[in-house]
Amino acid sequence: MATMLEQIEVVTAGLVPDPMLPMPYRIQRVKQETGDTFTLEILAEDSGKGFSFAPGQFNMLYVFGVGEVPISISSDPDDAPLLKHTTRVVGTVTKAMRQLKRGDTMGIRGPFGSHWPVQEATGRDVVIVAGGIGLAPLRPALYRLMAEREKYRKIVLLYGTRTPEDILYRPELEQWRGKFDLEIQVTVDRAASSWRGNVGVVTTMIPRAPFDPTDTVAMVCGPEVMMRFTVMELLKRGVAPERTYLSAERNMKCGIGFCGHCQSGPMFVCKDGPVFAYSRIAPVLGRSEV
Amino acid sequence: MIHTLEPILREHPFFHGMEDRHLQLIAGCSMNVRFEAGHVIFHEGDLADHFYLIREGLVSVQFVVPHRGLTTVLTVGSGEVLGWSWLFPPYRWHFDARTQQPTHALAFDGKCLRAKCDEDHDLGYDIYKRFMQIVTERLESTRLQLLDIYGNHA
Repeated sequence: MATMLEQIEVVTAGLVPDPMLPMPYRIQRVKQETGDTFTLEILAEDSGKGFSFAPGQFNMLYVFGVGEVPISISSDPDDAPLLKHTTRVVGTVTKAMRQLKRGDTMGIRGPFGSHWPVQEATGRDVVIVAGGIGLAPLRPALYRLMAEREKYRKIVLLYGTRTPEDILYRPELEQWRGKFDLEIQVTVDRAASSWRGNVGVVTTMIPRAPFDPTDTVAMVCGPEVMMRFTVMELLKRGVAPERTYLSAERNMKCGIGFCGHCQSGPMFVCKDGPVFAYSRIAPVLGRSEV
Repeated sequence: MIHTLEPILREHPFFHGMEDRHLQLIAGCSMNVRFEAGHVIFHEGDLADHFYLIREGLVSVQFVVPHRGLTTVLTVGSGEVLGWSWLFPPYRWHFDARTQQPTHALAFDGKCLRAKCDEDHDLGYDIYKRFMQIVTERLESTRLQLLDIYGNHA
């Protein structure tokens, strides 16, 4: 009879990849998106291996000799195996990541976590509310929604950011807007008089956005303060809490609910999230320590 | 036959649920206006004798910041309200308002409406409650803008 250790070795030897082992990926392109955000486009060194993920999931990106950070996948799920991760230069690892060049190698673990309810939204209106770099984890959901456009009724993207210069994925937003089957409203917190668009926080667009709140799935991602106020407006408009989803951000480390770094109340954000229905995460949202 | 603006007022979100008799009173102080893009509806410091309900279009609320130039702090679009300085002395605008797009609005004579509110306190209470809601929402939005939540604070 095999011991437990032997059983584990059998599993890790071939049947299931070790989720703690980073796989080598080669950088294809580093694209500066805005003043402080950039996108890494990467391919597995063993390019024969497939990589599938669901919109909203994240990877652990490892800069060898520096450290590892969780970053949402921001590419088209149908474009795999090419993966894109958009991030902001905020700390030691992302600073080192920004210095990487085409041809450099990094480690990837993933994909981890829950996903946006793209299938569950079939037959309903979909409203996506993004703030700042929060548009990145939502982009795969937008790709999927647009790829299967006939499955959904109205699709509305409300996007708020700091200034016109901080608008992420501007060419794609313009392209999607030109298709006329996706309502896109962009607002900035402040702008010079040359800006011809909306100025104000993203929550102010919710009361008049064209969707039927009684039959809408909402997906929200951005700074936590923005998400809290956004959810309040969505609920005020009549969107059901169980159909309002948001992507939580905590200190994810292992990615598999093992180390406890991202524990938030009874939940592990890396495993149970990062995408949660508001009805589930409401008790811990806005609390500084849980 | 004289057409009043009462049916249009009733459809505007700002007057949603208002009593008919109040709408009739307010309609007497209102008129339809259209502005081309780039039109300055009012200037900072001018007499605030009107407010506007935007039916279609976009208006920027702006002021000049030294060394930064003309800065937009808010835009007001379809279904929204522009201006509350007509409610409080000294009845002067605190910002400029400039249309970004051709804009169609309802303009209300502030002096006329204040007189009606003085005569009918039920109307006045209703109007002030509605404006309080707008002021509260704008204050909340301004607080979020001040927090600079999208900034790099790490």
